[in-house]
Amino acid sequence: MQLSRRTLLQLSAAGAALSVASVALPAFAAIDELVIAYNVPLPSWDPTTGPSAVNPTIQAIYLSVFDRFIGQKPDLKPEPGILTEWGWNEDKTKIHMTVRDGVKWHDGSALTAEDVVWSLQRAADEKTGNPITFIWSTIGNLKAEGNKITGDVVRFDPTVFMWMYFLTGFVMPKAYYEKVGAEGFEKAPIGSGPYMVDKFEPNAFVRLKAFPDYWGGKAEFETVTIKFVTDPAARVAEVEGGNAHVTLEIPYEEYDRLKGGDKLVGTAEPISDIGMIFINDIDPMLDANVRKAAVMAVDKQLIIDRLLSGYGVPIDTLETPDYTAYDASIKTPYDPAAAAELLKASGYGPDKPVKFTIQTTKGFKPKDYEMVQAIVGLWRKIGIEAEIEVYEIAKHYELRAADKLAPMAFYNWGNSIGDPTTSTGFAMYGPSPHSVWDGKDLIAMIDPLWGEKDEDKRIAGWKAVDKFIADNALVLPLLQYVQPIIAAPGVIVTPHKSGALLPYLMKRG
Amino acid sequence: MQLARAFLIRLLTTLVTLFGVAVIVFFVIRVVPGNPIAMMLPPGASDADVERLKALYGFDKSIPQQFIIWLSGVLHGDFGTSITRRQPVLDLVLNRLPATIELAGMALIIATIIGGFLALTGTRLRGTKTEAAIDVGSGMALSIPDFLWGLLLILLFGVLWPVLDISGRVTPSLQLPFTTQFYLTESVLRLRFDLWRDIAGHMLMPALALAIPLSAIIGQLLKQSLKETMHLDYVTLARTKGYGENHVILHEALRNAILPTLTLIGVQFTFLIGGTVIVERLFSYEGLGNMAIDAVINRDLPLIQGIVVVFALLFTLINLAVDMCYALLNPRLRHG
Repeated sequence: MQLSRRTLLQLSAAGAALSVASVALPAFAAIDELVIAYNVPLPSWDPTTGPSAVNPTIQAIYLSVFDRFIGQKPDLKPEPGILTEWGWNEDKTKIHMTVRDGVKWHDGSALTAEDVVWSLQRAADEKTGNPITFIWSTIGNLKAEGNKITGDVVRFDPTVFMWMYFLTGFVMPKAYYEKVGAEGFEKAPIGSGPYMVDKFEPNAFVRLKAFPDYWGGKAEFETVTIKFVTDPAARVAEVEGGNAHVTLEIPYEEYDRLKGGDKLVGTAEPISDIGMIFINDIDPMLDANVRKAAVMAVDKQLIIDRLLSGYGVPIDTLETPDYTAYDASIKTPYDPAAAAELLKASGYGPDKPVKFTIQTTKGFKPKDYEMVQAIVGLWRKIGIEAEIEVYEIAKHYELRAADKLAPMAFYNWGNSIGDPTTSTGFAMYGPSPHSVWDGKDLIAMIDPLWGEKDEDKRIAGWKAVDKFIADNALVLPLLQYVQPIIAAPGVIVTPHKSGALLPYLMKRG
Repeated sequence: MQLARAFLIRLLTTLVTLFGVAVIVFFVIRVVPGNPIAMMLPPGASDADVERLKALYGFDKSIPQQFIIWLSGVLHGDFGTSITRRQPVLDLVLNRLPATIELAGMALIIATIIGGFLALTGTRLRGTKTEAAIDVGSGMALSIPDFLWGLLLILLFGVLWPVLDISGRVTPSLQLPFTTQFYLTESVLRLRFDLWRDIAGHMLMPALALAIPLSAIIGQLLKQSLKETMHLDYVTLARTKGYGENHVILHEALRNAILPTLTLIGVQFTFLIGGTVIVERLFSYEGLGNMAIDAVINRDLPLIQGIVVVFALLFTLINLAVDMCYALLNPRLRHG
């Protein structure tokens, strides 16, 4: 057989391609060590102090090592955790809690009611740097007797038990922490959660080992490595190249491509984060017609379909369908004709547009800048000329706290307990450093709700607030985010509405 | 004597430079928008909460007061505590610096090898299509930024032919017996070539991404120097003595032509250390640059200050060393 030069080259190329293809197949068959390519690094191990404590994106790592006082199901509902029972007395002047028996810390010592009391007292102590002291200080005089804890209500807050499965609501090991101190704890943290810290390299990875004595049962994967891969392209490469079994928060286009192949599976579920546009009560936003027109002229579904590949749920209030005070009857429909009429009534139109600035981040959330660009395009058609100002998220926080945001400003809001206080409440209540709408009528509506003891009345009150906000266009709610997760075929991922990617919920399959 | 005096003067100017850098960075990061307190405010925080957090982190004092407190700490070796990591800044920075130095060192070695090879080949085959191809390749290497090379390398060696690790500095499951953070160097000294292979495997892609544009600069400069040297009399003499072209280039021309390239390599090393930021981030490499990005995102002011001052210290010390070496080697400077 004679082999021509051309044939030889073709055969060589085919051989090379085959060898590359065979090497490129990820070795997902038997997973000894689950590897997760995570989108943010973990700066600190104390889940109750400093900026990390209120960073929602790293709660999943904390939840792997520590337990919160109260557990939370994937649908955001509470469930027994370290506390098996909790509540107020009849007139809501006292609280009571029961601590689960048989819970152990990672060093083998027993978790007691004293640990829970100490954790709550420490959280309320301003000197520790817990950013949520305003909640933890609403209860006091805590006493442990056996596995029962009692305490006084210093200032009634209907959400205090909800915070026990939210930011900084973690049980910390009293004896161990007092022995090693803050620095020692950073170097060798222990908790009572499903995984123990085996190795930690900041900015690189944390390696976890399943805690055999975990009260909820040993985790399915004995070893889990969470690699901190901040670049989305690198995260895609990690799962595509077989270096990681699970990743999240990748571009939706990549998500569609990866799950469309035969090597990876995907899940994309709505989470508790929303995209919204703050409206500051400064000129021209003092004109209700302008605000209403700006809200009515935005086709949210179109934006979701075109920019987010359909991954998103349009919202009309700051409550998603998973939140307690969600009211499906409140609607802010897309109606550009009516919007144009409203602007006309105020003397504006395409020939004489109303002008203002809208601020946005660029790349902080998926397609944030592009969404604002699209909105500005929709506004232009009816007579709103908005100038886009791009800023860093840090500047947004500073401007918002100082009530100096532009007339409109894009932001994303997270609320993994689904309560109206932590969505509509803090975002729209004038005196809050997170709100830029200072209308006295709205403040008057919200004021009595903070301490409302009748739960039904409280939720009904928040629904009325949401209706008032929607009717008067005091904010522009955009969408509920959908979280894309890609996994190797051997891993079954249970998505959590809070957005936390929890290794403990991952099973072999 | 004159050299000692020059050294002292240079040392003094270095101290002034460092002080200037410290002042600028301290004031600038406090003036630019975005403060760390606003970033850590929980929902529902009151004005009192804001003031309490400010006091806790020392931001309740005036900027000059804060600077004096910080400076007096620095003079006693205390660079403060990181807001986000809750650990001493100096420890954090010194723990990360070796990783960045090793990465920059490896990139420089790769760039020198590739650049040297291209320059020698281009000089040997000057006027041919190969030289033209090298010039085109160098142009491409230079015009594409390092992070794009990084993405391309990830695609090639992380996805299509996954033979290299995409992220991190070492495989998490490995137990490291090291006492320093110079993993690559220490693995050689301990003769642990299994670890060396793993660490080098993690470092290769980010180092290559940094090295490719630099190799083009080195290659072009060395080739140009070689070409100029090839026309000098002593090179012609070597040719007339019957030496082959390879011998002439390697043994006669290269010795003189390499001097400007060596100077460039020295200068580029300091730039490489500062230039690893984006590439470290892309590859999740645990160096100083990666930590710097986190510090900036989180407005961790003490950490930003620490990183910048240590970078500046490193730059000025390297420059000082280069200047001193130059003075020692140059008789005109040595004797005033």
